[in-house]
Amino acid sequence: MTKKMKLSDLTEMLKDLDVEALEGVNIEGDIEFDVSGVGLDPNLSYALGYEAAQVSLHIANIAKLLGYPVDQLFGASMGAVGQEAPSAEGIAAKTGLSELASSSFEVSPVKEWTHTIEEVTLGATSSDGGSRGNTITLGGENALPYYFDAEMPHRNYVTMDVFDLPISMAKSVRTNYEDVMDDPAEWAKKVVNEYNADMVTIHLVSTDPNIEDTSAKEASKVVEDVLQAVDVPLVIGGSGNPDKDPEVLEKAAEVAEGERALLASASLNLDYERIAKAATDHGHAILSWTQLEINAQKELNRKLMTQCNVPRDSILMDPTTAALGYGLDYAYTNMERIRLAGLTGDDELTFPMSSGTTNAWGARESWMKESPIQNDSDWGPREYRGPIWEISTGLALALAGNDLFMMMHPTSVQVLKEATQSLFGTKEAEDIDISNWIGAEV
Amino acid sequence: MKINSPLQAYKYLPGDNCGICGESTCMAFASRLIERSAELTDCEPILRDDQKKNFENLQELLRPEIREVDIGVGDKAVTIGGDDVLYRHKLTFFNKTVLTYDVWDTMDENDLAERVDHIENFQKFYVGQFLNADAIAIRSVSDEPSQFSETVKKVMEKTNLPIVLCSFNPEVLRAGLEVSSDRNPLIYAANKDNWQEVADIANDYGVPVTLFAPGDLDLLKSMALTFTKMGMENLVLDPGTYPTGTQLRNTFNNFIKLRRAGINGDREIAFPLMSVPLTSWLVYEDTVNASYWETVLACTFIIKYGDIMLLHSTEPYAMLPELHMRDTIYTDPRKPVMVDPGVYEVGSPTADSPVIITTNFALTYYTVESDLASNDIDCYLAAIDTEGIGVEAAVAGGQLTASKIKKGLEESEFDLKEQTNHKTLVLPGLAARLQGDVEDETGANVVIGPADSGRIPGWMDKNWPPSTE
Ligand code: SF4
Repeated sequence: MTKKMKLSDLTEMLKDLDVEALEGVNIEGDIEFDVSGVGLDPNLSYALGYEAAQVSLHIANIAKLLGYPVDQLFGASMGAVGQEAPSAEGIAAKTGLSELASSSFEVSPVKEWTHTIEEVTLGATSSDGGSRGNTITLGGENALPYYFDAEMPHRNYVTMDVFDLPISMAKSVRTNYEDVMDDPAEWAKKVVNEYNADMVTIHLVSTDPNIEDTSAKEASKVVEDVLQAVDVPLVIGGSGNPDKDPEVLEKAAEVAEGERALLASASLNLDYERIAKAATDHGHAILSWTQLEINAQKELNRKLMTQCNVPRDSILMDPTTAALGYGLDYAYTNMERIRLAGLTGDDELTFPMSSGTTNAWGARESWMKESPIQNDSDWGPREYRGPIWEISTGLALALAGNDLFMMMHPTSVQVLKEATQSLFGTKEAEDIDISNWIGAEV
Repeated sequence: MKINSPLQAYKYLPGDNCGICGESTCMAFASRLIERSAELTDCEPILRDDQKKNFENLQELLRPEIREVDIGVGDKAVTIGGDDVLYRHKLTFFNKTVLTYDVWDTMDENDLAERVDHIENFQKFYVGQFLNADAIAIRSVSDEPSQFSETVKKVMEKTNLPIVLCSFNPEVLRAGLEVSSDRNPLIYAANKDNWQEVADIANDYGVPVTLFAPGDLDLLKSMALTFTKMGMENLVLDPGTYPTGTQLRNTFNNFIKLRRAGINGDREIAFPLMSVPLTSWLVYEDTVNASYWETVLACTFIIKYGDIMLLHSTEPYAMLPELHMRDTIYTDPRKPVMVDPGVYEVGSPTADSPVIITTNFALTYYTVESDLASNDIDCYLAAIDTEGIGVEAAVAGGQLTASKIKKGLEESEFDLKEQTNHKTLVLPGLAARLQGDVEDETGANVVIGPADSGRIPGWMDKNWPPSTE
């Protein structure tokens, strides 16, 4: 269907199309170009018009090279004013619009977000009968995090893990703690002073009957040591053994009386009443932990409030963190649904949230030397993979509404703080001009 | 889409209940349409002339709120946009974020070839398939049309991945398109200075075009409206990705505002969104810092509404989390997450092969299965019904217990005494605390495997066959 045309043929054809621009122009020469199919349909004539304009432009450029004032000629014949003759491309423009359509962008805030997430304050200073240097308030949101709809009153906070005995951990985490692993108080100092932790979580893992079966009393001494060593608010965690934890947390709550710690955790598969009572008796907050199930979360919160009389300002939720690649899709969506339910008025879910972001270190991508799968591409050095796994897991949950992050690696803490505080709006940085980013030599 | 109940769609269907669409009734088909798991064109009768009006009306009602734009041709072509919801649990997100890694026209030939190979071939096994990068962006750093088109040609010789041509210089874009327009590349970008010329180019070649209005949503909307008026609908909007500080906060909110307005029915800006985490490299110089921050930006905008993004770091520690985050957010939350409980054969197990216990959480199961299969380990793999919960959580939550394991083996009629010589079960390392119970309950010899199935090969060398008393 393709046939070669000469410009003269084109002129001939265009006569019939009532195209005035080329009338009386007699082009001779041997410039040839291809046209697929010949007819007078509008698309084709448009295309031909375009080709003609291109050719005239080309020829005009030749004329220009020869010294002829083409711009003035075109400027005059095409109605341009004064010296502001349109550029060559401008003449070729056939898309027809020379000005941007004027329009302004508008979008309204979400009307359904009518409820405020509870504010929960952790830590107590001397004026409130404690010995912490500062308190930390979580929650208070009226919108999804960092959204323009409503100001977010408090930034995200990070509490770093400390264990009461040396536990096995990924190599790139361990190298940071080798010098303090035998001493929880020193460990706590290190994360606060060197790694900028907002809070410390002391995990009393040695109390597990399958580990060392340390007595609750013995374990509570470690809590006292850590309270002495640092003056940030504390999270006190058990070993995760459902039979032993109530007793361990009870004793720990007692020795930490007045410090308004967070007891971790109450769950449906242990004696949550005992833990709740320990919290209310000694003025602590309680972490309500469920496993990726929004209805279970409602149920436990309800029980804590109605059956155990835990005040609303003393409940934090941990709806479970699954690592990137290991169920983060559930963890993310579960948190997002919980937060949206809270904002739209489900008062069994209007509580701030906490994430065991440390779980990211269970993902093999964060600690394994190389991929066990033979056809995988090289995973690269694991010391870089681990922290970014913890960061991206935490960041996703920050966007789902999580308030407090329990973390392990100093680099992860630093980068996650940088990211969440930038989105929160308190990180000043030099303005960057991105208007010409394409040409950047990177 | 404009309707949300099957009844509203049913009204327009022929009512033949003929089953050609694969559903037994029109009502069932209507439900699939609302779930967006079927195409209206699957119903043949509605394509008849006398149904034309119904077809057109319903098609219009079903159209996704955010327009879809195709980039590339052939197998590797991608579609972006097409979303109907702001939160994935409300339906699902469609058309995963297209991860595009860059090359540039000042690279030397070998580096270019190597980088294209790396981008195209990078792969990570995950739940039964490989995760991969999707596209290549070619940046004009030289600002020379001929140098750019040479680079485009070289990239095209090496790969069929979709390409994005990046320059603010219309001459350069045109040169690139002259050699690549048959690949339907996306061009980047029209801005407030060059939009007329870029509009002409996009129109001439009929390719999708990105509109770039950093930090200015009014301008972005004006440009979108202008291009639409000129008859172009394959538009991608880039509101600018400022990498740091309060500029980043504003960027984040621009993405949210644009997508919210689009989903809520502002057709003028209901186009796919482009994010450029590559701007991290305008701030950080060293590779690790720049890659880390680029990954932070990528994750943020994969989650919040970026439909295509341009990235620079090809370090595995950046690509792995990016690929996984994209998969995380675009996994259909309506899909079942469990495999059927039962004892599965991996390879060709014999009476001397191990019997390995795991859960029926799809992710756990497929991870273990691929670790075994890719290391040529013949065995029986028992997926115990833990209600789709992974090993560690199921042990803590009581969904993985000795009696569940016993029940699982019995129900799939697997007889350890008959079918093996060793009468041994291998428990996951994370379920070690069940060892005694399982021995009592099943009478089997129980050994503890590694905490991660990736270590089964090394574990097998040391621990298999099990020592018998
Ligand atoms: S093909 Fe069309 S007419 Fe036939 S059952 Fe399906 S929806 Fe109904």
